[in-house]
Amino acid sequence: MNTHDTRPGSTGGADTPGPLHGGPDEDYTPEQLAAMSLDELDRLGARYDGVEIMHVEPGPEPGSPLEKRAVRQIGTVFTLAGLCAFASVVIYAGSGWFLPTWQWSVSESGWSAIFTPLVGALFGAAMILVGVGLVLYTKKLLPHETAVQDKHDASAFDRATAGATLVRTAHNSGLARRKLITRSLAFMGGGLGLMLIMPLGGLIKNPNTGDPLGTTPWKQGVRLTRLDGSPIRPGDQEPGSLETVFPAVPGGNRAANAATMLIRLRPEQVAANRPRPGQGNLGYGDYVAYSKICTHAGCPVSLYEQETSRILCPCHQSQFDVTQGAKPVFGPASRPLPQLPITVDASGYFVARSDYLEAVGPTYWNRRRI
Amino acid sequence: MARTATAPGAPTTKLGTTAAELDDRLVISGWLRRTMNKVYPDHWSFLLGEIALYSFIVLLLSGTYLTLFFDASMREVAYAGSYAPLRGVEMSAAYDSALRLSFDVRGGLFMRQLHHWAALLFVSSIVVHLLRIFFTGAFRRPRETNWTIGVVMLVLALLMGVTGYSLPDDLLSGTGLRIISAILLSIPVVGTWVHFAIFNGPYVGESIIGRFYIAHVLLIPAILLALIALHLIILVKQKHTQFPGPGRTEHNVVGNRLFPTFAAKATGLVFLVFGVSAALGGLVQINPIWLWGPYNPAQVSSASQPDWYIGFLDGSTRLFPAWDMNLPGNYTIPALFWPTVVIAGAMFTVLALYPVIERKLTGDTASHHLLQRPRDVPVRTALGAMALTFYTVLWISGGNDVIALKFDISLNAMTWVGRIGMIVLPPIAYVIAYRICLGLQQHDREVLEHGIETGVIRRLPNGEFIEVHQPLGPVDEHGHGELAYGGAPVPKKMNQIGGARRAIRGFFSPTENPAQVELEQRAEDRGLAAAEGDRELTSSGRPSEGGRPSDGGRPQEPRD
Ligand code: HEM
Ligand code: FES
Repeated sequence: MNTHDTRPGSTGGADTPGPLHGGPDEDYTPEQLAAMSLDELDRLGARYDGVEIMHVEPGPEPGSPLEKRAVRQIGTVFTLAGLCAFASVVIYAGSGWFLPTWQWSVSESGWSAIFTPLVGALFGAAMILVGVGLVLYTKKLLPHETAVQDKHDASAFDRATAGATLVRTAHNSGLARRKLITRSLAFMGGGLGLMLIMPLGGLIKNPNTGDPLGTTPWKQGVRLTRLDGSPIRPGDQEPGSLETVFPAVPGGNRAANAATMLIRLRPEQVAANRPRPGQGNLGYGDYVAYSKICTHAGCPVSLYEQETSRILCPCHQSQFDVTQGAKPVFGPASRPLPQLPITVDASGYFVARSDYLEAVGPTYWNRRRI
Repeated sequence: MARTATAPGAPTTKLGTTAAELDDRLVISGWLRRTMNKVYPDHWSFLLGEIALYSFIVLLLSGTYLTLFFDASMREVAYAGSYAPLRGVEMSAAYDSALRLSFDVRGGLFMRQLHHWAALLFVSSIVVHLLRIFFTGAFRRPRETNWTIGVVMLVLALLMGVTGYSLPDDLLSGTGLRIISAILLSIPVVGTWVHFAIFNGPYVGESIIGRFYIAHVLLIPAILLALIALHLIILVKQKHTQFPGPGRTEHNVVGNRLFPTFAAKATGLVFLVFGVSAALGGLVQINPIWLWGPYNPAQVSSASQPDWYIGFLDGSTRLFPAWDMNLPGNYTIPALFWPTVVIAGAMFTVLALYPVIERKLTGDTASHHLLQRPRDVPVRTALGAMALTFYTVLWISGGNDVIALKFDISLNAMTWVGRIGMIVLPPIAYVIAYRICLGLQQHDREVLEHGIETGVIRRLPNGEFIEVHQPLGPVDEHGHGELAYGGAPVPKKMNQIGGARRAIRGFFSPTENPAQVELEQRAEDRGLAAAEGDRELTSSGRPSEGGRPSDGGRPQEPRD
């Protein structure tokens, strides 16, 4: 230990440096070190770090055919990498300058179609070749050494001394005795913790206010329209057909839960139709309208198989039978697709009689309560 | 520290003086030497974690590029870019900017595809890395912490994938988003509250893309970066595990020093990972969002598949029966809750806790630095096989509509196959894996006791034919080997113990003189005859006691 002068007001007095940082400089004078070869120094340092070089297989002899071959190979690989890289840059920068333009048109053919593959392939090839070159270099030209390094368990000395410093401070702080301080600290910690996450409260919104999950833009008198906004009359569709309809309100064709399937049943389907109890008269003639939003996870159900009267959801293959009130007959969905009550207005177009009688879309905790 | 030009050992070259100047200021050479001297074991399976790390770097680079052009907004715009089929179509600004990235930014499509491919590579390498750690027992004390960090990083990687996939706001990602929304809603009691907190209202609202964006480019990457740093610091502190082998013990690491061998190979691997992602990004189309079209809640593309790592969740969702639980008070636990939140949660919880579970079951609380061969721990290997089978059934069921279509099987049949398979197949896999492990173990013992089959048939004086066996070590008076099994691979072919000469190098024509090689090999005491003579099978293998660590090509001898 060097002895710094610690008198008050002193700038330090005689400032003698301590021993040098790190290595065992007392054991090796600079002269000794200077006299050692590179290999010796390398091994000396390694040994100091607990590493023993067990076995060295030297690289190929300088000038040997083996070496020449390897050098030629690796040189070629690096050169090719450079070529690919330059070529990639030329294609990237030259397209639309001295090469045809890179931008896609609808045709997706010609230069614009191969621009991305070419740039990518050359870019990738350049990188891959650099990697291959580096690996070849280590494999073929560098000496292969096998080294062993010791693994040490924790030092009892370190543990005891570090532990003492911590425990001693804990004792000195007297926190164990000074109950008032520990209690006030706990109180303070709780308060500060809460205060710090408090702003996250801004994220919270009450999902039950106004029942947003249970309402859609449909209401009494809203027309059923196609995606392009045109209204629909009975007779526009063939029996057995299905059309996706939206409420005729602004943004209705993009509202998340409003999409509805207007289905015209075939005569034999009408005969076989067994609506859900209490919902017998929601359709209009041979027309019925069901929510398109799957009651399982909310995908739009889309495939209508006329022969079996089944509607299939493409997400997890739930199947709903339109002649049984769109009841799920297979797959993970557990609830029927809600039915939209429809009728025809004075001008003869389909309109809703009200909103859906229940929440459409996926099930949630308090769905049946609102 | 004062230096004079004449001091012994003082650097004379320009580079040398610069280095000395640097060290004067930073006192860094000791640390640098220790780092360069650190020994890393050499085994291909140790590269898996590195691949994950390097693909993360590729993701950071390519993702940052994408942020320069991507607009994470759900504002409605009319597309006016150069992709004619969609011109004039109403879409979100996010989808519009992703289209512009693909068609109007030079090299943008390449970067998008590179980013997506690197993401697939990232998750895949994490998973394979995890399997390596699991089946070799590398998670045992003292490495439980790193195992847990790894599992957390896997979950975060999946979240990165899900949020990233949702950003372009095309029809496919919108379908995924809708399912995410339904999963959130399915959580009992708080589901709707959680949904409203995340989506800022009912599905779909105007906020979700912006929120996913900040999670995708800042929040999760920052956490991932911190965890990666922690993972690596712990790894360096604890040093690598290694497979048992000659000279390898619980108290050493045998391999290459960081510098130059390991560093050169690792740098090579960085380039390879980058190169493979780039080549895929250029050559193999992925997620062509312009074909899906903008998101519309009323539309869906059939046979839509998520990225592979979400497939298992899709599968479990398809297989789980429609069991809504209606509770008193008109409350419901939706069926969707079980196959998504509960199954996925349970899977990752069990995974994260596995080291603790195994420690409790086996009572093994010792520190381990030597890896195990999967066959030597049949119960764990069989459990792993069981879990993998379960996962695979779910994963395949995630594409059961595609399979049903391709092979013309009814969808309902596929679903039932999956439902039954997910219960019946895992135990079968357990039994089979367990049996295979025992069989392999037995074969190892047999070879140790009786030697390697040489393929040489000899006729005894009494007319009996026997196959000559080559013992691996000293034998007792009955001709039985005296080697104990040490957890290392047992050679099973004559070539593995040097029965054949090394091949002459050269591809089209030899670049070495065969006679010279022959001489060299004799001098090096290689080959069968030499191998029989001096074996260090009785030492502990510790270098200090003269054991000789393995170096790949040499005959592999069991330890101890
Ligand atoms: C850690 C792992 C990461 C994963 C697994 C991942 C995954 C993904 C995926 C699957 C996509 C969809 C790509 C597509 O359009 O086909 C995506 C998009 C995107 N990612 Fe990442 N990503 C990661 C990291 C990052 C980082 C660090 C950033 C930025 C700093 C970033 C920025 C973006 C951006 C801006 C997009 C949207 C661009 C677009 O889709 O056109 N990503 N990400
Ligand atoms: S969303 Fe329709 S079956 Fe899952």
